[in-house]
Amino acid sequence: MEDIHLMKGNEAIAHAAIRCGCDGYFGYPITPQSEILETLMEEQPWDSTGMVCLQAESEVAAINMVFGGASCGKKVMTSSSSPGVSLKQEGISYLCGADLPCLIVNVMRGGPGLGTIQPSQSDYFQSTKGGGHGDYHLIVLAPNSVQEMADFVDLGFDLSFKYRIPALILTDGVIGQMMEKLRLPAFKPRATDEEIAAKCPWSLSGRTNKRPQNIISSLELDPAIMEKRNLERHERYRKVEAAEVRYDTFMCDDAEFLIVAFGCAARICQKSVELLREQGIKAGLLRPITLWPFPYKAIEGYCRQVRSILTVELNAGQMVEDVRLAVEGKVPVSHYGRMGGIVPAPEEIVEALKKNF
Amino acid sequence: MNNPIIAPENLVYEKSKLIKDNVMHYCPGCSHGTVHHIIAEVIEEMGMEDKAMGVAPVGCAVFIYKYIDVDFAESAHGRAPALATAMKRLRPDKLVFTYQGDGDLAAIGTAETIHACNRGENIAIIFINNGIYGMTGGQMAPTTLNAMKTSTCPYGRNVALNGYPLKITNLLAELEGTCYVTRQSVHTAVAVKKTKKAIRKAFENSMEGKGTSIVEVVSTCNSGWKMSPVQANRWMVENMFPFFPLGDLKDK
Repeated sequence: MEDIHLMKGNEAIAHAAIRCGCDGYFGYPITPQSEILETLMEEQPWDSTGMVCLQAESEVAAINMVFGGASCGKKVMTSSSSPGVSLKQEGISYLCGADLPCLIVNVMRGGPGLGTIQPSQSDYFQSTKGGGHGDYHLIVLAPNSVQEMADFVDLGFDLSFKYRIPALILTDGVIGQMMEKLRLPAFKPRATDEEIAAKCPWSLSGRTNKRPQNIISSLELDPAIMEKRNLERHERYRKVEAAEVRYDTFMCDDAEFLIVAFGCAARICQKSVELLREQGIKAGLLRPITLWPFPYKAIEGYCRQVRSILTVELNAGQMVEDVRLAVEGKVPVSHYGRMGGIVPAPEEIVEALKKNF
Repeated sequence: MNNPIIAPENLVYEKSKLIKDNVMHYCPGCSHGTVHHIIAEVIEEMGMEDKAMGVAPVGCAVFIYKYIDVDFAESAHGRAPALATAMKRLRPDKLVFTYQGDGDLAAIGTAETIHACNRGENIAIIFINNGIYGMTGGQMAPTTLNAMKTSTCPYGRNVALNGYPLKITNLLAELEGTCYVTRQSVHTAVAVKKTKKAIRKAFENSMEGKGTSIVEVVSTCNSGWKMSPVQANRWMVENMFPFFPLGDLKDK
């Protein structure tokens, strides 16, 4: 029997968290992602897997609870939507400064400010270029289906623990709210204290077996040591860039026009590529799955093949800057975006691409 | 020690094994060092060094982990009770405590403090109240007394401009989730003993799952107050204690 279900992207995140051996979830309600917290509270995983779930008093508290849990080497996560993720930026910077693994989910809505509860992709800069203070990166995964919402929970945790860098699932109100068929991942047991001690010797547990003190800190007043710590972190970033770039292509082999889009925009663009092909226009789609590390090389590789590149985003043009960095002026790059919660139709994108001829 | 300064037969006090040899950065006369020693002694006497997990604040005590030899997480400013919440829930068999100053606990971290206490998290909160921001150079704190001078109220705290000093511990005592709320000090040997008893009780409560315990220690910041340690102690007794009277506010 295959474990196939029909559910919302947000619900898929919650079920995947329980199944992948997540130890703790800490969140605060905000549209359009509240189903993650609601589903967990309905499932009561503390009775089945022992997973701790807590509704915090604020997004600030939630991300700091994640800090506390991650300090103990536990698999902990939080989720929110754009305005709430802005509040979490302080905690995210501290998590990065202390090299703690964790998973953060941002189901984006339009901004700035209270903005709208409708979908958007306008937190690309915040997610991939920093967001909080200091030199840091998150590993940013951009699912485009309910299936990937579920799959990227486990993947996010794995990458985060492997490199001791927080992972972010950057998705939007479309993927979070839409229902699709998915295959839920198999149950994995939560790590035991002994497994955590072996895998995360830096983690807090009390000085068990008289081991030396462990300290989780992002502070160092000696500039020489602080620079070293930063350099070591950036060496890990270079390793992630070398090994963990993920992207998907659709009809790119003979493409003369390349569309680059992520998340829900990529789903729409897939249809646009089909429509363009029906009109005899050889279009292809490249979908970055990791927004950091960004698939610069893969996009650069198409410069010798395509006549132009169009990025399609639910924002005023953010990822387009990375695409321009990738191609370094070798081919023209343009952007098509909608904002304020408007989701473009495939036909609009067809017209936008034709304008670039 | 190879060359004991005090002959063994004259030794009446030995520092806890959990106090490291690092030279403390605290100003002479500061209460932090005394409270650190008390915490280390209580953990050692309870035999909890393999179970203790502390949360360091932002403030003068940020380096508490350089002095007390147990596991520590260093929190963002004011967020220690949020960290401690998750640490205790994810490792319920451990002793989890926070160590926070008045700016950390009663200004920037008010929400985290009140909600952790209101949920009755099984943690202990050690609260150093010296009425001033020591580390950043002596600015006004939420607990700065009326008319008390600091670098950001150089003519004295003016309630019309700055509002009233916050008796946050009294607020916390009102919450259903707290089991033990007490206000102590460390200005005399007797006071030190009482504070030690209070901290031990707070730690025992958290291990027994009774709810949140808060031990406020009314403290001196003689550098910030621009006084000698002796003057500061006297000033605290004469000015701080009438507004922040010592004793248990709640013990259930």
